[in-house]
Amino acid sequence: MDLSTPIRAALTLEKLPRRQRGTVASIDWNRLAEAEARRLRELGFDEGVGIEVLHRASLGRGPIACRIGRMTVALRRAVADTIHVAPLSVAAIA
Amino acid sequence: MNAAPLVALVGNPNAGKSALFNALTGARQKVGNYPGVTVERKSGRLVLDDGRPVELVDLPGAYSLEPSSPDERVTRDVVTGKGSLERRPDALVVVIDAANLDNHLRFALQLIALGLPVVVALNMVDLAERDGLVLDPAALSRDLGVPVIPTVAVRKRGLDDLKAQLTDTIGGGAPHAEPRTLETGGALQRRARQIAASAVVSEAPARRWANMADSIALHPVIGPMLLVAVLFVMFQAVFSWAAVPQDLIDSGFAWLEAAVKAALPDGFLQSMLADGLIAGVGAVIVFLPQILILFLFILVLEASGYMVRAAFLMDRLMATVGLSGRAFIPLLSSFACAVPGIMATRTIEDEKDRLTTILIAPLMTCSARWPVYTLIIGAMIPNREVMPFVRLQGLVMFGLLVMGIAGAYFAALVLRRTVTKGASSGFMMEMPKYQMPQLKDLAIGLWTRAVIFLKRAGTIIAATTLVLWLLLSFPKPPANSGISPVDYSVAGRIGDGIEVLVRPIGFNRDIALALLPAMAAREVAVSAIGTVYAIDDTSAGGEDKITEKLRGRWTLPTALAFLMWFVFAPQCISTIAVTRRETNGWKWPAFMVGYLFAAAYIMAGITYWLAVAAGL
Repeated sequence: MDLSTPIRAALTLEKLPRRQRGTVASIDWNRLAEAEARRLRELGFDEGVGIEVLHRASLGRGPIACRIGRMTVALRRAVADTIHVAPLSVAAIA
Repeated sequence: MNAAPLVALVGNPNAGKSALFNALTGARQKVGNYPGVTVERKSGRLVLDDGRPVELVDLPGAYSLEPSSPDERVTRDVVTGKGSLERRPDALVVVIDAANLDNHLRFALQLIALGLPVVVALNMVDLAERDGLVLDPAALSRDLGVPVIPTVAVRKRGLDDLKAQLTDTIGGGAPHAEPRTLETGGALQRRARQIAASAVVSEAPARRWANMADSIALHPVIGPMLLVAVLFVMFQAVFSWAAVPQDLIDSGFAWLEAAVKAALPDGFLQSMLADGLIAGVGAVIVFLPQILILFLFILVLEASGYMVRAAFLMDRLMATVGLSGRAFIPLLSSFACAVPGIMATRTIEDEKDRLTTILIAPLMTCSARWPVYTLIIGAMIPNREVMPFVRLQGLVMFGLLVMGIAGAYFAALVLRRTVTKGASSGFMMEMPKYQMPQLKDLAIGLWTRAVIFLKRAGTIIAATTLVLWLLLSFPKPPANSGISPVDYSVAGRIGDGIEVLVRPIGFNRDIALALLPAMAAREVAVSAIGTVYAIDDTSAGGEDKITEKLRGRWTLPTALAFLMWFVFAPQCISTIAVTRRETNGWKWPAFMVGYLFAAAYIMAGITYWLAVAAGL
């Protein structure tokens, strides 16, 4: 199973389908408040790290739970929208 | 000058520092499974293998040396020696979650670069292995340049090795190196990831069952339903499980009261002990089982990791009043007691957010309200089944709880638009792995709470009850005058004075009497009512329970208004004191007391007049 080929980099974490694995392609650091950007980095968000959306809360636009590295992190959609993801090919899984 | 070397436990949140601290020092520090359990430094003593004592401090978890919340500031100040009152540690034990290596190593690298002697405790290696992750501590030690000891703090594994290494590190008088400058941001992150990757021997994909558990717990529809169900079961259990032990305690105190009355001659001493102390304190201690059951539930929620899932589910709702899901954790803790709840707000980064959370925390139904609610509901609300498994008394209790939450919601809504106005803060939180709560930790948590409760009963509550008894007992009415002793007493007359103020909201003189000493602590209202009716008991039998007496003297609208009063009224010295400490001044506690009393008066009044109009 080949999970290493990025197919496109046009997706933000906010739009990434659930359970679709990817890697962080880029993060719009300048769209984030300074403290927010720092916390995001401290939680392990960085270019090249494996990422996957695990859950989306209900109640309209609730937060997102995603796996980053080996950790699960909850964040709001506005922040998720600044994180661009390169999805990995899932042809082999499907 | 303290001669014992100072060693600090430091690391990311939820790495298991407090568990390690407890295991090393035999202390009983609170542990839990969510980031931000420890919000202040705690110290204890550890004896090294060579017999030397060491002062060990447990620091709040942090993600880096640039603090973003008050609890992280404590950690930064201690390890960098910037705190004016703090001694700089002689060595650091950097605690790392083995399953979260790449992330925790980032902070570890920063700490190592400070130049203090460091021992790394690679904690929770058992969970990492359960996760399919096998690590090589030797490789990690080589890359970091400091000793690395694998540990499982909760099972006391690796402690001897850790102590031996500490003895070595401190005993050798390890020199403090010069602080080094580190790469920052992304570069530091990448180095941490590289080191982590080279320490991994083998790795299997992360566990499936935790994902399955979260698929239910965080499900868009099932998740919130589950949360409501958990809270509902929790509050029903408080009523139904506690019945038997409560009856036992109740009959114990009744027996004691009767024994004292039989053993002592009629008069001052007999009345003071039986009517004052035993009736008053007993009326409060009866609620110990309920409080412990409530705490058990909250401890299990905290220890299992579900608390953060609840925060996740609540974030959207909290956002509508300008708060975040993170504030939900201190607020849920406030159901047990607002004091630790308010202290737990230190993990909230945004200052306005934190202040708002502090101001609404007293609206959560803390355990001190349970005695008041239970007594009045038990006496005045029929316990009929309204639907299978749901009784009216439990439903009213749940209603009061919801009232508190709704009040807090509305208060936050108004506060965030007026006095604590500010940009809406974000929500970004690490979700811990689920863990089976350790029986011992639960037992310690319950024991600590029981001791605090009994201490309160023995001090604040006993003292205010005794003072009230004295004021209620003197002066004595003339013999055969037919005047009730309470009416004639000093307290009775004070009560008459206060009654004028509270009559518009349906309160009687007895309530006015109970409210005053209950300023110290809410439970005192119960013991005060107990004392008033014990003294006023002119009937021949005289051994009626308080509930029987309440039924004879209170109307339902009065009882409902009284309950509503306690939803809002900030009657707790400890809460006011902790608010003063956490906000550094009297301004905010004064504001809090003011707005809550106003709300209590208005809401109790509305309740009373609605109930009267409804013909209850």
